[in-house]
Amino acid sequence: MNPVITYFFRTLALFRKELLALVKDPSSRVLLFAPALLQALLFGYGATYDLTHVPYAVLDHSRGATATQLLARLDGTGVFERVATLTSSDQIAGVIDKGDALLVVSIPSDFEARLAANQQAPLQVILDGRNSSTAGAAAAYVSSIVTSYNQTLGNRSSITIVRRSWFNPNLESRWNMMPALIASLSMIQTLMLAALSVAREREQGTFDQLLVTPLTPLQILIGKALPSIFIGLIQSTIIFLIILFWFQIPMNGSVWLLYFGLFCFTVASVGIGLSISAVSLTMQQAMLYTFMLVMPLMLLSGLLTPVRNMPAILQVATYVNPLRFGIDIVRRVYLEGATFGDIASNFLPLLAVAAVTLPLAAWLFRNRLG
Amino acid sequence: MSDQNLTVTVENLRKTFQGPDGGEIAAVDGISLSVQAGELTALVGPDGAGKTTLMRMLAGLLKPDAGSLRVLGIDVAADPQSVQDRISYMPQRFGLYEDLSVQENLDLYADLHGVPHDERQERFARMLEVTDMARFTDRPAGKLSGGMKQKLGLACTLVRSPDLLLLDEPSVGVDPLSRRDLWKIVQQLIDDEKLSVIVSTAYMDEAERCAQVFVMHKGKLLADGAPDALSKRAQGLTFTAATPVDMPARQLQARLIDVPELIIDAVPKGGNVRFIRQPEAEQARLNDLLDGTSVEPRAEELEDAFMMLLREEEGETETKTTPKEELEKSAAHTAKDDGKPVIVVRDLVRKFGDFTAVAATSFDVARGEIFGLLGPNGAGKTTTFRMLCGLLPATSGHLEVAGLNLRSARAAARARIGYVSQKFALYGNLSVRENLEFFGGAYGLSGKALRNRISASIEQFSLDPAAQSGILPAGYKQRLAMATGLLHQPEILFLDEPTSGIDPLARRAFWRTITSLAVSGVTIIITTHFMEEAEYCDRIAIQDAGEMLALGTPREVREQAGDAGADMNSAFIAIVEQGRAARENKEKAA
Repeated sequence: MNPVITYFFRTLALFRKELLALVKDPSSRVLLFAPALLQALLFGYGATYDLTHVPYAVLDHSRGATATQLLARLDGTGVFERVATLTSSDQIAGVIDKGDALLVVSIPSDFEARLAANQQAPLQVILDGRNSSTAGAAAAYVSSIVTSYNQTLGNRSSITIVRRSWFNPNLESRWNMMPALIASLSMIQTLMLAALSVAREREQGTFDQLLVTPLTPLQILIGKALPSIFIGLIQSTIIFLIILFWFQIPMNGSVWLLYFGLFCFTVASVGIGLSISAVSLTMQQAMLYTFMLVMPLMLLSGLLTPVRNMPAILQVATYVNPLRFGIDIVRRVYLEGATFGDIASNFLPLLAVAAVTLPLAAWLFRNRLG
Repeated sequence: MSDQNLTVTVENLRKTFQGPDGGEIAAVDGISLSVQAGELTALVGPDGAGKTTLMRMLAGLLKPDAGSLRVLGIDVAADPQSVQDRISYMPQRFGLYEDLSVQENLDLYADLHGVPHDERQERFARMLEVTDMARFTDRPAGKLSGGMKQKLGLACTLVRSPDLLLLDEPSVGVDPLSRRDLWKIVQQLIDDEKLSVIVSTAYMDEAERCAQVFVMHKGKLLADGAPDALSKRAQGLTFTAATPVDMPARQLQARLIDVPELIIDAVPKGGNVRFIRQPEAEQARLNDLLDGTSVEPRAEELEDAFMMLLREEEGETETKTTPKEELEKSAAHTAKDDGKPVIVVRDLVRKFGDFTAVAATSFDVARGEIFGLLGPNGAGKTTTFRMLCGLLPATSGHLEVAGLNLRSARAAARARIGYVSQKFALYGNLSVRENLEFFGGAYGLSGKALRNRISASIEQFSLDPAAQSGILPAGYKQRLAMATGLLHQPEILFLDEPTSGIDPLARRAFWRTITSLAVSGVTIIITTHFMEEAEYCDRIAIQDAGEMLALGTPREVREQAGDAGADMNSAFIAIVEQGRAARENKEKAA
């Protein structure tokens, strides 16, 4: 038979075996799809910085009309929810300490008098700084409400800001978070699958059996990598569909480009996973190494915090992290509708990681001493 | 009262498990027996006889479904803890902590069993002395050889003095020397401490040491009694046939065992063939079969009785041997015999750091030869074996398999060998057919050729193609491993301890297959711990501490052992001990 066809059939036999072994095990079958589904929903609802139902308390010493109007505005936004109306400043510490209120608006007794005298009328906002990002956002919101109220009072302030936020009109953090999940959630699973694939065979003794067959290291590599890549892309698809149809975040870019980016990203992740697997002698070792790696990969990816906020040395470290570039590709294609030219620079690091880890894994298959 | 002398009384005991198809499987099916105190008692039986299930119920680790079970006068089901306080149980795989040293393992088990500190030192000293491990107290348990691990397991089990000791197949995968040491320890404890011991075993020479033997089969008790009394069942039926010169004993053995209506069992031993005739066999047909070979009656042994019992139960189906023509077809590589050796090994060395696993080993293997690699655990035979298969690079030396070094040769060269690993490495959650399809595909078979080879293999080894391979009994796993190893019709077959943990019937069938393969020109390299199996080989090599101690036909090796070489087991022990003594002398001199 044609050697090329034989080569192909041999690799196909391994690919089929790997998929069968995954699908036939009921526990791993559930693991293939349930976590992606569950985590996408959890992140979608759970992980948000957006302000909704901010509990606050009021200490109004002035009891004047302006104060009442201002407070009505706060209450009317739907974002702030008044949980307590305090009567003395001793009570402020109580509501903040217990976490009953995120902020307390304190209106001094001379508030109306000063306004009437056309003087500056300070309004104190006490914040619970233990949750700095939410507190900051709430404070900014309060001040914007006060600013707009100032204008109705006919005050002199003349510069106003008109905000247009591109790609995410309402600046919802969900829009920022969710597309990144297409890359990051599926990476955890792909890494784990790839990491276990060789380690499992070593532990159960089947790897020797594989090595004495005429399969070359390259064939073993392809046969082992493809199923993990395939399943990684299926997971990405599940998350993608949930984001698009369930959370209805509009997709601006090309689906083909998105998948091309995801493919390159998944190949790099599988390369890392297989390298871990080829070094490990047992499944336990492989799991341990994977868990050790997942956390830094996530933190240095820009999923939660922007890479440019990190110290310089950590920014350099992010260049070997495929997730950083995977997330960037997905976010930009999804939200901004980036073209290949816009994101081309992201592919180089991904291909570099794959070009190192995949051959390394193939070499380790045979040369791992033990 | 006589009950005072009974350690264990079991009545109508029953335990069922849920089978893979949802049906019930009775692992122990209405067994009644009683065990005397202060004695050594054996449980013997093939795979799936229920020995381990019974052991675990005795130890209070499993609850019986029905029946009564009293150990040391206590109802186990009602009060497992007070039974466990007084017994010691060593499961098949003893839980040693591999990263802890020998001493730390002993300390840990002494702590777990609450052995008082003042008693410990004396007990440890004694255990380390009888197991001959005092030199290794600092070594991590994971670094010990299989035999030493087993001895350490026994020592940890015995950190306190129990009233009853349960040993579940303590000698599986253990070499003859370590096996002898294990039994020495047990015997000493029985003599000194009047310990009661129940041991399950696949070795009949071990069962023969026991005062009482229970033969189990498929959850039922087939027979019980003292070994002598049980042996009487085979009285008058046991003979030895002298093998004609120029004929391997296995050839005569194969001829005899192929006729089950006349011959119950046949095994090669000491160059001759021991067999049991069927009681109703016609003398005339028997004479035809023996074809003039001289036959001597011999004393019956426990193994004879055991084989008779099993054959009666299993009938024909289980022991059906593969038709010879089929097998000869399966080795279609009737490669030209150019008289050149198929395997050439010259001064092979393998070092791990400064430890020499294999030292300057040389041997040849001819085409169609059955070559046995024997040696104690950790002697270097697995290392040699892995180098031959190309799984491990050699440190130095020359190595040729079918004219090539498999490690550096192109991948296609590996298609000429078949490999069956120690653990019958298969993909457990795939079916039998899927396993065969994968390995066939990996060897480059596809389409019709693959389908034909698979259906031939399935028939040849009586496999169920739809069965999930992970839950097959050990004997069937071995058959499937053989089938995958032979699917691509290799010229050379490597077998690493293929009979470890396999019952005697399955072993007979296995060797019958091997004999046929050798006839058709397949070269076979095999490692084994069953010394009697060396009798099937054309030539054997005995390795210890990486060095080759003996190389030759089984007869030559027995002769090398001198007076001790009555059978292969004692010849092996004698040769290894001679080798060790010589090494010690050399070290002293140096």
